Amino acid sequence: MKFKTFAAFVAPSVLMMLIFIAVPLLLVFGESFYRTSPLMEVVEFESCTPGFGTQTCKTDTKIAPALDASRRMILQTEFVGFENYADVVEPQKFWTDVKALDWAQLMDIDFWRALRFTLTFTFITLPLVLGLGLALALAVNNLTRSLRGPVIFITLLPFIITPVIGALSIRWLFVGEGILTRAMEAWSGTDIAMFAQSWTIELLMMFYRVWSSAPFAFVIFYAGLQGVNQDAVEAAMIDGASRWQRLRFVVIPYLMPLIVFVALIHLMDAYRVFDEVVGLRTQGHVISLQYLTYDFLMPDDAGNRSVSRAAASSMLTMIGIVILLVPMLRRTWADQKGRA
Amino acid sequence: MAVSRALRQPLSLRLTSAAFLTLWCLIAAFPIFWITVMSVKLPLDAFASSPWEVLFGPATLAAGKGLTLLDIAASLGLLWATAWVAMCRVPLWVAAFTPPNVIALGWLVAAAMLGLGFVLMGFVILPPILNWINSALGLPAILGLTTEHYRAVWVENAFWHNFLNSMKVTLGVTAISLTVGTFAGYALARSGSKLAFWILIVALIFRALPHSVLVTGYLPLFINSAEILRPFLGDAAPTLYGQPLAVIAVLVAINQPFTIWMLRSFFHNIPADLDEAARVDGCTHFQAFRWVIMPVMWPGVITTGLFSFLLGYNDFLVTSLLLDASNQTMVPAIAGFFNRETTMTDQVEAIAAAVSITAPLFLLVMVFQRQIVSGLTAGAVKG
Repeated sequence: MKFKTFAAFVAPSVLMMLIFIAVPLLLVFGESFYRTSPLMEVVEFESCTPGFGTQTCKTDTKIAPALDASRRMILQTEFVGFENYADVVEPQKFWTDVKALDWAQLMDIDFWRALRFTLTFTFITLPLVLGLGLALALAVNNLTRSLRGPVIFITLLPFIITPVIGALSIRWLFVGEGILTRAMEAWSGTDIAMFAQSWTIELLMMFYRVWSSAPFAFVIFYAGLQGVNQDAVEAAMIDGASRWQRLRFVVIPYLMPLIVFVALIHLMDAYRVFDEVVGLRTQGHVISLQYLTYDFLMPDDAGNRSVSRAAASSMLTMIGIVILLVPMLRRTWADQKGRA
Repeated sequence: MAVSRALRQPLSLRLTSAAFLTLWCLIAAFPIFWITVMSVKLPLDAFASSPWEVLFGPATLAAGKGLTLLDIAASLGLLWATAWVAMCRVPLWVAAFTPPNVIALGWLVAAAMLGLGFVLMGFVILPPILNWINSALGLPAILGLTTEHYRAVWVENAFWHNFLNSMKVTLGVTAISLTVGTFAGYALARSGSKLAFWILIVALIFRALPHSVLVTGYLPLFINSAEILRPFLGDAAPTLYGQPLAVIAVLVAINQPFTIWMLRSFFHNIPADLDEAARVDGCTHFQAFRWVIMPVMWPGVITTGLFSFLLGYNDFLVTSLLLDASNQTMVPAIAGFFNRETTMTDQVEAIAAAVSITAPLFLLVMVFQRQIVSGLTAGAVKG
């Protein structure tokens, strides 16, 4: 294919990615070193207290936002270096807490709390999703043909359902008067409040994620299983391989590229965990990195959005995912190179 | 496919795998089933402590809202008929009535018509007829069920408005993603150049970016876009914040990396001989792509399109931050229902809204399930 044709075909897609992904990324990078705040000025004002005969007046000074001719606040943007990052990470408190080995205090800082949760969440759900997906694919592949359709249909439901709604539906089962909480209470004879402490909440969030992501892994693995070379499986059997050995040494190596693919996608998706926080409404106890940025971006009570801090926390979030992905990317790199 | 005797499995293994699947299906379907049940009961039943009360709804029944045996039979029949049409008839009709070039459009129309038919039958045509028969025969109601929460959500709270916004955004995202993505995917599959390789790697990194990072970039720009663009566009400069078109563009871009990777692997599986043959016959690259490759690509396009559809339809983060109240889509609108969720009735209405969002997806899987699996088997997975 000539370069010109190639360029013409690729241009719209690349252009969209440049305008809507690369440019904002650079802007966020720049933004994270600046801060926009209302210009403050010292104003003198006279306050008078009415009294008998004479008024007592005194002149005071206060700091107030400067207003322009149309009485709007004048905004100024100044370069602040790493101050936004420091606001998010709170390095001083971080070091004192680390030196004092004070885990609880450290978790008071939103950023570290979010980071801790996001990483735990990602790495605990990853093997569960892969394992469940593979088990489902193998089991469905064993099923008689007529039953496969309905089972695949039901299996896909958690995957296609809107994440916020899926998380909500789980929440409704486990809230105070939810049906499953009541069942567990009746069964164990104790009072159970799933949304009162962080660890049960995190458990529910992970449960939700495995529930909703395993079907994706399943579909990919199931599709992959259709291509397993039956001759190779039979050959292994003639060589005396047990069922487990056939799975371990013939089927899994065949599926390996797909397992890597699903793991890659899952790492990316789990790292940006967000919908669970909204759907399960856990922000009081558990937040994720992406939620942290979202929270900075939402207007606060005064209607201000702290875009600079959001920019700093986004950059940190991004650095995190790049670090996580480096080993995966190198593998894909080698794969693609090898094929090209 | 006959399984050779050697590959046959012992009974114990079959039983374990069947039990495992049964358990999984229960876990997979239960939350969705349960919110559906809750949404059609009065609050007293929906939050009752005994699951049987939630299922059978005595309070709802006592309030005079219930189904007779005939109603139950009719609703089950309607559900079954919808599923049957979706799974067995729609593929045939689409194949029979749409020319191969616009097959994706045919699927879309078929799915929309099926949904519309279901709503019409279930909520407009059947109820009066059944009511008439029930009162004529004097059948007693036995199962508490009410659709009043749906009416409250859709009619009184104008949820249809959010539904239309959602559809606008979702269809826009799907259509543009696929158009832009097929061109790029095709070129990337056919070119072995260094540049193609780099585009793919960079796209992969873009796929990993948390969406909030990007939204942080857009938000200040979109809010102030009128001022920023004024020097170029004059007074016609739009404020992009709150514009569905701006959100569509953003979601398309976010979706591009996945789309081009997926479509590329589908194109990989179409032998390059095919376009060479077309080129020998005098087609340009574009003509070969349009008239020779695209007609055999549609399973891939449909599978990829479904993923785009899900992304656009399910998005919360981007739409909630970049759209204002007048253009809100369904998922952020649900957040509005949370905030009003003060009385029990409000809670059940929130549940009804949640089920309403899920229903179109349900339909979608029914219609497209076979395409998803066969599409992935045929294409993406091998690439």
